[in-house]
Amino acid sequence: MSETTTTPDTVRVPAPAAIEAPADRTRRLRVGSLMLVFALIGLLLAIFTNGGKATFQLVSGDLQNNLFGVPAQATALILGILGVIAAGAYVLRRVPQSYSGYLATLLGICFIGSFLCWAAAGKTFPLANQFQGTLNFATPLILGALAGVLCERAGVINIAIEGQFLVGAFTAAVVSSTTGSSAAALIAAALTGVLMAALLAVFSIKYLVNQVVLGVVLVVFASGITGYLFDQFLQEDAANMNTPDVLSAVKIPLLGDIPFFGPILFNQTILVYLTYIAVAVVTFVLFETRWGLRVRSVGEHPKAADTVGIRVKRVRYSAVLWAGVLAGLGGAFFTVGYAGSFSKDMTAGNGFIALAALIMGRWNPIGAMVAALFFGFATQLQSQLQIIQTPIPGELLLMAPYLATIIAVAGLVGRVRAPKADGEPYVTE
Amino acid sequence: MARMHLELSGLTKSFGSLVANDHIDLVIEPGQIHCLLGENGAGKSTLMNMLYGLLQPDAGEILIDGEKVAIHSPSDAIAQGIGMVHQHFMLVPVFTVAENIMLGREYTRAVGVLDRKKADALVTELSERYGFEVDPEALVEDIPVGVQQRVEIIKALANNARVLILDEPTAVLTPAEIDELIAVMRQLKENGTSIVFITHKLKEVKAIADTITVIRRGKVVGSAEPSATEEELAELMVGRAVDLVVDKDPATPGDTVLRVEGLTVIDERGFTAVDGVDLEVRAGEILAVAGVQGNGQTELAEALLGLTPIAAGRISLDGNDLTGRTTRDRLDAGIGYIPEDRAHDGFVGSFSVAENLVLDMARRAPFGKGLSLRTDEIEKNAQERVEEFDIRTQSTDLAVSSLSGGNQQKVVLARELSRPLKLLVASQPTRGVDVGSIEFLHTRMVKERDNGTAVLIVSTELDEIAALADRVAVMYRGKVVGVVPADTPRDELGLMMAGASKSEAEVVATENPTTLGTI
Repeated sequence: MSETTTTPDTVRVPAPAAIEAPADRTRRLRVGSLMLVFALIGLLLAIFTNGGKATFQLVSGDLQNNLFGVPAQATALILGILGVIAAGAYVLRRVPQSYSGYLATLLGICFIGSFLCWAAAGKTFPLANQFQGTLNFATPLILGALAGVLCERAGVINIAIEGQFLVGAFTAAVVSSTTGSSAAALIAAALTGVLMAALLAVFSIKYLVNQVVLGVVLVVFASGITGYLFDQFLQEDAANMNTPDVLSAVKIPLLGDIPFFGPILFNQTILVYLTYIAVAVVTFVLFETRWGLRVRSVGEHPKAADTVGIRVKRVRYSAVLWAGVLAGLGGAFFTVGYAGSFSKDMTAGNGFIALAALIMGRWNPIGAMVAALFFGFATQLQSQLQIIQTPIPGELLLMAPYLATIIAVAGLVGRVRAPKADGEPYVTE
Repeated sequence: MARMHLELSGLTKSFGSLVANDHIDLVIEPGQIHCLLGENGAGKSTLMNMLYGLLQPDAGEILIDGEKVAIHSPSDAIAQGIGMVHQHFMLVPVFTVAENIMLGREYTRAVGVLDRKKADALVTELSERYGFEVDPEALVEDIPVGVQQRVEIIKALANNARVLILDEPTAVLTPAEIDELIAVMRQLKENGTSIVFITHKLKEVKAIADTITVIRRGKVVGSAEPSATEEELAELMVGRAVDLVVDKDPATPGDTVLRVEGLTVIDERGFTAVDGVDLEVRAGEILAVAGVQGNGQTELAEALLGLTPIAAGRISLDGNDLTGRTTRDRLDAGIGYIPEDRAHDGFVGSFSVAENLVLDMARRAPFGKGLSLRTDEIEKNAQERVEEFDIRTQSTDLAVSSLSGGNQQKVVLARELSRPLKLLVASQPTRGVDVGSIEFLHTRMVKERDNGTAVLIVSTELDEIAALADRVAVMYRGKVVGVVPADTPRDELGLMMAGASKSEAEVVATENPTTLGTI
């Protein structure tokens, strides 16, 4: 080897800031104009805000104390202008590409803020209820999205989360009603989640069935079987079969005493605490352990994993089955965590929303959690607004988070990159 | 390190009716560099995949130090001390170097938590021992191909490989990098590691082999000494005398046909793929674009055809501006295109030979009529092309995917040449093609040049460039570092492919000749 041979470097250099790829430009203009539309709506709302003070209630149920009032129009205007600045900065490329996500977040917060000022002007908005409800709606979404993260990181698309929710919800209700044990109910729900996962795993990993079709079929199957059993047994004998104990809230000492957020976050049921733990555990396991490294390797480049002696299919089975535990628990929340009884198709598409959270969270557990909280927030906001009565129909509002998902998936927050081998069965000769 | 005596005896593997390996016997002596020489599709990779446990032999056995061993999976192979660097690297692009190296044999602390420090230390230690400069924490997708290959080698060494299989390792390297690889191989050999080196490049074989085994159509057809001439090796590999030099008269260039000015392409990751390239190709000449894979040549060719949007620059053909025109407009203007990945972009595999031959002309007379196709005309055309281009197929109704690589490429070339062309753009026209077809394709492209067509060839193979080019444009990191005459010495081209200017390359090449350059 001679001293002077240069090592060639075929790494490409980032394009200079002056030149923008045509694809990037199109994306910026497209996304940017959408952001501008939102910003202008926010500003418009501010202009039409009247009624003096917007009051926010900080402790649920307490209508006398702990109120927080702001001048509605002034606040809405400030937020509206901030939003326009954020959207404008994105469109005009005034900040580096990597910060565009923050701009979108800022715009989102401004938009929600001016919206709330508009809606609550002259009225009292129950802010504590809003956050409490957010967590209620978000908990199953988080668990479902985490299940999706585990599956898809291993290369198996899981459309069947909705089905896993349904059987989990059903089983938890029945087991809690018949045994009276909440622990048994949760364990049983997790196990039926695993059973559904096993169906998904066997057909997708072993028999190479198209995973999207398979997932949809499993959802239909879950809906059918829980509906049948509901008609046959639960309705016949509702008193004994469909009266589960709803989990009771357990206050965590100290943390639960934090003003405002304490009661919301730390006076919750065991299932909500399990969800917090699940986010941390899935994140840690996926990125810091041997099993996690192997899961990600079979989802990205299964052949490379195979050539270093990793049993690709076995790793995929384990990821899909563990994900079943999470999805089953997520299902249990619908009955024993919240509603207190099972009804037909009660999960109402939440499994698919969990899937959207997973994509919006870019296959990352924390990201998926944030997305799920966002969806939960919007859902709760819609029901709150019906209570305090605003001119906008709640159903229209309910579309907003999904619109946001489409924008996000279309590439607002940088390019979305799924695991490379997601949905591809691994076949050896 | 313990040495290994490896013997393959009567290994046989068939895929359907195709016998990929037919009773292959092979002995790898300890501490030797053993070259497996053969054309694409001769069965070299199949053989090595059986040795590495990725395929199971139908018959035959593998003996290590005289004892029969069963290798059912790559982990068995690794446990036996067999390591393999695959032609397409087996690295997870989004993992760091250290993660890739420990994958499958992870260092862990309690309860399976990864010990990244230990993995980093191992990478650092191994790369220092072999003089590699590898950052354990770099993401694999961010490092150059040459360094990725070193990561693959470190991966095998970390598993204490006593036999290292290198499958076509030089395809992605510059001549200087090949030189460094050869040095590494010699160092490994001195430490007692045996190396199986799979290639179809004769120069490399002569430069490094201790023993040469030649495989043709799934059978061992002989062995040779490294002192054998290239012609002798080629004859053994192909089975008949091969003319390694294309007959071609000096070019008689006419007017400028293609003019490219300031062409810039930004790839989908936001990186500059083609960086302000100016080029001219004249009627009746072949301009070859040389460079290591990934330096923007692919994007350049695609931009010429309008398959990739361009960020800046102008493209004109015979003085007519084509910038911003659709691909169909450009084809109609007289550009023919042989894409780099023929199976992906060159034809529709499940369509018949006849259909593929009119893929771009089916909408026009005489092949299309109103909404219907004139099958008789299509068939007639197919018969003529098959004859003219010596396409070896049992029938023109056969799916193109069932043909050999060489014949597939002939179908693509035949189709492109059946329109009147002003410019032919050929990207890697002979990749994965047998020597017989290479001769044919080369001759045919030279003939097209002699008919007055401007020809632009993108190739990473210096042999191909030497055989075809009238002028050579060398690309490095998206820029053309120089346009030089075809007879520029190999070493100079190699240095330019690493970014040196023409004048620098001249000086360095004389002072430091490389191993391959001096053969």
